[in-house]
Amino acid sequence: MATTSLRPCGDFRTTYRQDTTIFDTRNSRWAMLLFLVALYGMVLVPILAPGVEEAPVLSTVFSPFYNAQYLSLAIQACYWGIAALGLNILVGFTGQISLGHAAFFGIGAFGSAYFNNTFGIPVILSIPLAGLLAAAVGLLFGSPAARIKGLYLAIATLAAQFIIEDLFIRMDWFTGGSYGSLANSIELFGLTFDTDAKFFLFALTITIIMYVAASNLMRTRDGRAFVAVRDHYLSAEVMGINLTKYRVLSFGISSFYAGIGGALYGHYLGFVSAEGFTILLSIQFLGIIIIGGLGSVMGAMLGTIFMVLLPEVMTAGVDVIASTPWGDTPMITNSLAFFKEMAIGAAIILFLIFEPDGLAHRWRLIKAYWKLYPFSY
Amino acid sequence: MSEETAILEARSVSLQFGGVRALSDVTFSVTRGELFAIIGPNGAGKTSMMNCISGRYTPTSGQVHFKGRDVTGLKPNKRAELGIGRTFQNLALFGHMSVLDNIMVGRHHLLKNNFLNGALYWLGGAQKEELDHRRTVEDIIDFLEITHIRKAIAGTLSYGLRKRVELARAVALKPDLILLDEPMAGMNLEEKEDMARFIIDLNEEWGMSVIMIEHDMGVVMDISHRVAVLDFGQKIADGLPDEIMSDPRVKAAYLGDDDDAVGGGSREVA
Repeated sequence: MATTSLRPCGDFRTTYRQDTTIFDTRNSRWAMLLFLVALYGMVLVPILAPGVEEAPVLSTVFSPFYNAQYLSLAIQACYWGIAALGLNILVGFTGQISLGHAAFFGIGAFGSAYFNNTFGIPVILSIPLAGLLAAAVGLLFGSPAARIKGLYLAIATLAAQFIIEDLFIRMDWFTGGSYGSLANSIELFGLTFDTDAKFFLFALTITIIMYVAASNLMRTRDGRAFVAVRDHYLSAEVMGINLTKYRVLSFGISSFYAGIGGALYGHYLGFVSAEGFTILLSIQFLGIIIIGGLGSVMGAMLGTIFMVLLPEVMTAGVDVIASTPWGDTPMITNSLAFFKEMAIGAAIILFLIFEPDGLAHRWRLIKAYWKLYPFSY
Repeated sequence: MSEETAILEARSVSLQFGGVRALSDVTFSVTRGELFAIIGPNGAGKTSMMNCISGRYTPTSGQVHFKGRDVTGLKPNKRAELGIGRTFQNLALFGHMSVLDNIMVGRHHLLKNNFLNGALYWLGGAQKEELDHRRTVEDIIDFLEITHIRKAIAGTLSYGLRKRVELARAVALKPDLILLDEPMAGMNLEEKEDMARFIIDLNEEWGMSVIMIEHDMGVVMDISHRVAVLDFGQKIADGLPDEIMSDPRVKAAYLGDDDDAVGGGSREVA
């Protein structure tokens, strides 16, 4: 409801077209565009004009993304963000559950490397192919969703996670077995996206495409059908929605997103090994969408950014504590790895208690507050 | 009644849950363009009958014919495509969607875009189609006088408004037959009058045949063309409102048997 009152005074819609935009207001659309342009600019300019990141004044603008660590975090946010969005379509929008998302992520990573290495398909094509492969496997393992839901579906997808994880080790021809497989850099129009900065530009573009596609999906027929199935499946069926089709389709789309995310991950690292796709990653994806906000496209990205930054914040926090005289104990400095894991768990629990609708909802509240201050309604 | 004029025919529909006979041998037909009411005491099987027509339940025996076609085994979503729309007794809106989206879901089977051109939106013609249907939906919103809440989240609305949105969603299906399960339950007098007006308009101006379950006898007798009475899963009467009002078996069903007052009208079923 809060969103209805957020339109600025005088911003009237005279066509239905204006009323169905992705962004609610002109300002938020422009803010997002500016943000993206700035993001591209910060990375692109130093590539085109080397040295600019070290120039006296300009360095303040361009150096953040010339920090290798920041850049790798940003790339991580891209490929996790795509996969998390897929899971959000399944869990947040369609109201199903999957504990096997990491497995589909892995299929994307191995699949893209496999298509590229074995058949020589250019990476730019092998990535969507890997997405389709993941979608096919997702449809297969999602087919129980036609019949079961809730806890039982959770167990069925858990089985998918373990089966696929096991196959990663055993299917030597596909994954390289326990050695893993190499993934080449992305080449496009003679450009090679071999450095982190270039790769980020590529990953960011894919991410934007995937997010726009999901936003579009959610404002058209099939997206509405997903939400209808989630909110009230009985009346959805009476409204002419084929429950089986949409429950399974949701798995397919979700796995497609996971596959694309996984493929980016593989080509970024240059090497894919089976250890990366455990149930922990599946849980982490669930954590991302809970923190970001179930049933929100933007929430998937907010949650991803939160989850990517959380370990870094924990590291920084431990460093600060360790630098004080009383904090410099082995108990604190050596347990950093545990602190990171605990922080993820704690964040999920705290969000479930205090902000079950996630960061996306919090963001809406902040916007409402900004707009309505000093009145509370 | 001949096949041409009957839009819906229930042919000796029986429904059993284990030992419970929810419906036994119910036969009736609804003429095209008719406003048909089903009444009966609580637990008489009215909603079960509705569910047999809309496809939630499959009758244990008997058939349901819609527009001359046997739809007994069809799934609810297929029946929606054929032109049966319904509202629910307990609210069944999509609580987290806006009113507008709720009603747009009703257009589901009329829209052709899918997840592929839906995701492309501007390229595959999905936008144009969505906007075209939005126009129709706005007509429905206008008709049902819910313009002021079209952007509200359905779950936050009051009971009377939710009922109205549910009706809007069913109307958006563009059905030939609309099933209304207690459309006026829990409403105040003014809301009831509005709802009665909407139902009559749907019937007369939009040309929909209506089957309505309702407990408010005043409304039922006022607006319906024909009434069927169910009691303990059996149809005990079927006819014009006036005939029903004076039927001794109906009186007995509602008020109970009185040994002195009702002679031959008592039920055979214990």
